[in-house]
Amino acid sequence: MRLRYSDVTPEKLYLSRRELMAGAIALAAIGCDVGAEATAAPMPAGAPLKATPNAAYRVQDAPTKFDAATTYNNFYEFGVNKEDPARLGQTLKPRPWHVQVDGLCAKPKTFDIEEVLKVAPLEERIYSLRCVEAWSMVIPWIGYPLAALLKQVEPRPGAKYVEFTTLKDPEQFPGQKPGFFGGTLDWPYTEGLRLDEAMHPLTLLTVGMYGQVLPNQNGAPVRVVIPWKYGFKSAKSIVRIRLTDTEPKTAWNKAAPQEYGFYSNVNPKVDHPRWSQGTERRIGEFRRRTTLMFNGYADQVASLYTGMDLKKNY
Amino acid sequence: MTTRGRVALKVGVWAVALAPLAALLYGFATDDLTVNPIEYVTRQLGETALRLLLATLALTPLRIVSGWSWPITLRRLLGLLAFFYAVLHFAVWIVLDHFFDWHTMGDDIAKRPWITVGLTALVLLVPLAATSTTGMIKRLGGRAWRRLHRLVYVAGILGCLHYIWLAKKVLIQPWVYATILMLLLAVRLWNSGRGLARRAEQKKAQKIVIGSRG
Ligand code: HEM
Repeated sequence: MRLRYSDVTPEKLYLSRRELMAGAIALAAIGCDVGAEATAAPMPAGAPLKATPNAAYRVQDAPTKFDAATTYNNFYEFGVNKEDPARLGQTLKPRPWHVQVDGLCAKPKTFDIEEVLKVAPLEERIYSLRCVEAWSMVIPWIGYPLAALLKQVEPRPGAKYVEFTTLKDPEQFPGQKPGFFGGTLDWPYTEGLRLDEAMHPLTLLTVGMYGQVLPNQNGAPVRVVIPWKYGFKSAKSIVRIRLTDTEPKTAWNKAAPQEYGFYSNVNPKVDHPRWSQGTERRIGEFRRRTTLMFNGYADQVASLYTGMDLKKNY
Repeated sequence: MTTRGRVALKVGVWAVALAPLAALLYGFATDDLTVNPIEYVTRQLGETALRLLLATLALTPLRIVSGWSWPITLRRLLGLLAFFYAVLHFAVWIVLDHFFDWHTMGDDIAKRPWITVGLTALVLLVPLAATSTTGMIKRLGGRAWRRLHRLVYVAGILGCLHYIWLAKKVLIQPWVYATILMLLLAVRLWNSGRGLARRAEQKKAQKIVIGSRG
């Protein structure tokens, strides 16, 4: 059966902003949990994308409203404000698009985006997304395990890491134009994973969300989603995936090494220098939630880090 | 300035200063406070508090540079409005952001310098607001009152520091405010330097007068 968004977004769990604030006041008065009336889930706009729901990867919480997930984005290629990507997103041209997969592998290859879409059957997975800024969403992504793509190029035994590179083109990404006071990040945006993290079945090469093609502001046409790590690890608008034997330099780590480590696993016990990571605000909810170790995926990924000091390897 | 001019000026200040609050209330009524309303409201209130604080600190430099006296008549009003927004900003943090989670808030105040300096700035503004009435000025005496109210500089500096510290290093906005503050303080420094020089000059002139007598 094909899941529709009216199915996965049950009435009660959505709070409009107004209800949220009204709820806040009611809550302050009576001190109980927020409940609000039903608001209809909007049908997603844009080109539909078929995918088979994978029930094994489906968090129980209701997905975030589509409007919220597409208007509240950190995507510095478009600008430093969260509304910039939705406002300026149309400058990005997701077609034609190529993804170069190379480095320490037997069969390096440059994939056309249409080929990328066909490497493995598209599945829909509902993951929670935890931003390093202590807010979170629940998003139905469409894609397939990154491992499927990596296997096609046959990584060599020496490959230990994977580096992702986002498109660098100030014409398409206005945020990459040097500003009056210099740039924000060191472009192109690069991110990285250990090879075993990249090959983990949870790591999703993503081409869509909410039943449709990935909107530009969410990293079109292809990105990764690594649900047990803070959101910035999940590189967007990828043009290159490189297998390497050395730990890749990552964009935010270069910008602020003491705040953003290479691993950046969601960890409620390791604070960001400027705030606690112990709680998070789920977009659409009033009260903070407690943050779960590895964003709730501990039983699947904790074994990747046995024996590691996660305070040091933040 | 005429009385009418003064009244118009005050009405203008009230209108401009309350506009951000009105915009937030309107956003609340029309369900238009972004998808993360608590963060948005916190930031709007904090930024308005800082702007008004800097506006308050700009009045004396404006008088120094222009020679006008009317800026000083706005000092109390702008200062109190800045304090009002800072209090709202703090209240939102307690009630909406942390919902009375005293443990976490205490932790934040102790562990995060940007919170510590923000709270210090707010605490420093409390005695200033409390002694802002004409009665209190009389009771304290002009000199003591003026000395106490120099704390507003410290609050301004801490307010800017709070913003610099809380923002991602790649953002420039906090530095814009800090630069404005620095310029405002530079005008005062320059002016008091000028005052000292003038007084020294006068002393010298006096000595010469006394000396010529002997
Ligand atoms: C005179 C006192 C204060 C001033 C002038 C001030 C000013 C500011 C400014 C300018 C911002 C940034 C707004 C933006 O990003 O656009 C801010 C944010 C913030 N301030 Fe304050 N603040 C003051 C006191 C406090 C206090 C006492 C607290 C809490 C204890 C506090 C907590 C916060 C928080 C939580 C944020 C939001 C940070 C974020 O969203 O990243 N502030 N404040």
